[in-house]
Amino acid sequence: MLEVLHSLLFSTLDAAPALVFAALGAMLSERAGVVSVGVEGMMRTGAFCAAVAALAMPTPVAVLVGMGAGAAIAAVHGFLSIRWRSDQVVSGMALNLVAMAGGTFLLESLFGPNGTPAITQLPRWNVPGLSAVPLLGALSGHAAPTYLALTLPFLFHLLLSRTPLGLRLRAVGDKPHAVATLGLSVSALRWGAVLGGGLMAGLGGAVLSTAVLDRFEQHTPAGLGFMALAAMVFGRWTPLGAFAAALFFAFGNALRIGLASSAPWLLDLVPQGFLLALPYLLTLLVLALQGQRGHAPAALGTPYEQESR
Amino acid sequence: MSLEDASLDIVPGELLAVVGENGAGKSSLMNVLYGLYHPDAGTFLMDGKPVRLRSPRDAIARGIGMVHQHFMLVPTLTVAENVVLGREPTRRGLLDLDRACDEVATTAKRFGFQLDPRARVDTLTVGSQQKVEIVKALHRGAQVLILDEPTAVLTPQESDELAQVMRGLVAQGRTVVLISHKLKEVLGVADRVAVMRRGRTVAEVRAAETTVSALASLMVGEGSRGAALTGVPAPPGAVVSDARDAQAGLAPLDAQDARGGTAASAPGVFDARREAAATAASGPLDAKSEGAGTVASGPPVLDAKDLRAKGDNSRPALQGVSLTVRAGEIVGIAGVDGNGQRELAEVLTGLRALEGGGGTLLGGPLAGLTPALAKARGVGHVPEDRLARAVVKAMTVEENVALGRHRQPPFARGPWVDFKGRRERATRLLATYDVRPPDPTVALQALSGGNQQKVVVARELDADPKLLVVVQPTRGLDIGAVAQVHARLREAKARGAGVVMVSLDLEEVLALSDRVYVLYEGRVTGHFPRKDLDERELGRRMLGAESDHG
Repeated sequence: MLEVLHSLLFSTLDAAPALVFAALGAMLSERAGVVSVGVEGMMRTGAFCAAVAALAMPTPVAVLVGMGAGAAIAAVHGFLSIRWRSDQVVSGMALNLVAMAGGTFLLESLFGPNGTPAITQLPRWNVPGLSAVPLLGALSGHAAPTYLALTLPFLFHLLLSRTPLGLRLRAVGDKPHAVATLGLSVSALRWGAVLGGGLMAGLGGAVLSTAVLDRFEQHTPAGLGFMALAAMVFGRWTPLGAFAAALFFAFGNALRIGLASSAPWLLDLVPQGFLLALPYLLTLLVLALQGQRGHAPAALGTPYEQESR
Repeated sequence: MSLEDASLDIVPGELLAVVGENGAGKSSLMNVLYGLYHPDAGTFLMDGKPVRLRSPRDAIARGIGMVHQHFMLVPTLTVAENVVLGREPTRRGLLDLDRACDEVATTAKRFGFQLDPRARVDTLTVGSQQKVEIVKALHRGAQVLILDEPTAVLTPQESDELAQVMRGLVAQGRTVVLISHKLKEVLGVADRVAVMRRGRTVAEVRAAETTVSALASLMVGEGSRGAALTGVPAPPGAVVSDARDAQAGLAPLDAQDARGGTAASAPGVFDARREAAATAASGPLDAKSEGAGTVASGPPVLDAKDLRAKGDNSRPALQGVSLTVRAGEIVGIAGVDGNGQRELAEVLTGLRALEGGGGTLLGGPLAGLTPALAKARGVGHVPEDRLARAVVKAMTVEENVALGRHRQPPFARGPWVDFKGRRERATRLLATYDVRPPDPTVALQALSGGNQQKVVVARELDADPKLLVVVQPTRGLDIGAVAQVHARLREAKARGAGVVMVSLDLEEVLALSDRVYVLYEGRVTGHFPRKDLDERELGRRMLGAESDHG
């Protein structure tokens, strides 16, 4: 039993980083008032670019390339929604579709139907001695992103609640006009948040193809971006809340894998499709229980126009 | 084009008032002074030197502060966070909230404000929020403080307090620019008054050397001078708090002709405005403006008991409101914004579900009312946000006129739209209600706000409602449109409709109502028949004071 729990914890921590990074990125953008439905597309682009880059350069550098790719998609979103004040949901969904189709097209035309060749994964770190400790030992043996995912939420929390920049970001998401009348630039703050969110989403995607897998897989990120959005909502747009929710969803994911491998007899009782859908059902259930979006930033999704109130 | 050749001199250490009708360009001019808008042409001199303000940052750096009409506060942040936003004190890179609170408390104390720096802004009253705004500007070293319509949302008591604050600032050597259209207040506090009309500054006078009616005629235009002066002039030294004097003086301006004696002068004022001329000439409505003084005696159209409902934030918004409305009377609902007025109007029109209580509305139960049911029973609705709730701005005027009755003659014949009937009815209504332009085929959004509102009022009254629920019917309208809307409400009353009017504008409530209920935190804290109406007592109740004798 302990063993099962241990392996569940271990695979939770392996699966969590992508969700945590993407949820933090989406939250950053949304706290500044820009809807971040495009996270899925940013993750996909980040995952693809990191996998391709890793063929030519060290994997850690390739992860940075993936982050840059996520930010590039975010830049398009920023251009459409901040500069041209377009509908942020439409812009985000359009980018998701572009990333979906573009990824498939490039994958097939560059590498054929079998996906990218295998790459060197990010190294896993074993903490000597820790691995032997029951349960706590699940903390050992992960790649760098896992440890980053366990610290970044606290840094984001510090940033949002205890720094001047965080105060301004919160203000610009709730009442941009108040920020503007104080002589601060609404668009600069929003651009920063959107690009920062893109970096994080790109990182989340890159992690999928360099740490979780060892290649870009046709369906990456398979809805994880939307799950990250759900984590952000469930976490009430706070870094620590989003972190906890992301861990919860990652656990659901681990449960699916764990159940399939440790209890194969289950597959005789339950169709495999149901197991596959488990994390998504969990997400739906949680969002349904949460109810209305009472904690969203007040100006979320509203383009800032100077001469309106 | 909201500004056209406007000039303004601001003298240090004085209280300058800028007056003008809605849309005269007061706010635009101030936004230029504050660096928010950029003028197409013209110069701005400070201490004799030309200055270019690219953003509010430049204005703040030069000691200009502004308190906007709609507060520029982040509701979810604390007082201190709002005040220091943009120039936050830090310690080792982190926000130093303790120091921020100390700084804010010091500034507030220096100017005599009572503010808890740690309170969240959305828990404060409107009056306190305004103080936060003022402290915000002073904290940034504002020497010139611009206040845009600061009393629009205040109770009379809070307005008095604000007047003292403004005089106090001037006494400390600061300069205050007060934007207002309430002339009685202006004359009570200002040293000098600048008058704007249609984007121009048309006069600058010393407050001590003018009268309310003289200012009024300057505001509406030259031709009206003679007519407007027939109004009762206010004593030049009238203080803000002297409500009675001021009301008499203000009446010609705000078209609140309901108050007996001043009625005669009102049409004269509007004659001056080309836009308003038609109403005055069209006569039948103005003839009924002899006032709301008559006591209603019709049967009750609404008898509501102990209404309870939740607000959008799912907190209780109505906590046991009972009210009666009879046919042929206007019942005013007074209160500071956000005390349940909106929810009450929504309950009466079927837009919001009741949580408890009930009663009868036009012969049917109030509980379970839906918008369709309300309409069928004869409820008319002029909502607060017409673009969200009353009209479809991209549709034509005639389509908007048909909305809600689009399945009935003359708008439909069987399952088909009756284009001819609709055109005829719309054309007639546009003429009767003096909508400009009187073209039923233009998109509604091509009309000015005042004309859009006239379309809404025309549509609702054309259905001959037995109960008319109106919310903020004249907000943002110019003086001519205000007069017309008021006249239409009186007309509805004269035709025997019961009218429930929610308004944040106390002047409007006082001018039109036969009876007034005061709402405070979802409860009725006062109920006054017309003869007992007293502005100051209303103000007390709006702040939550209960009756002294039960």
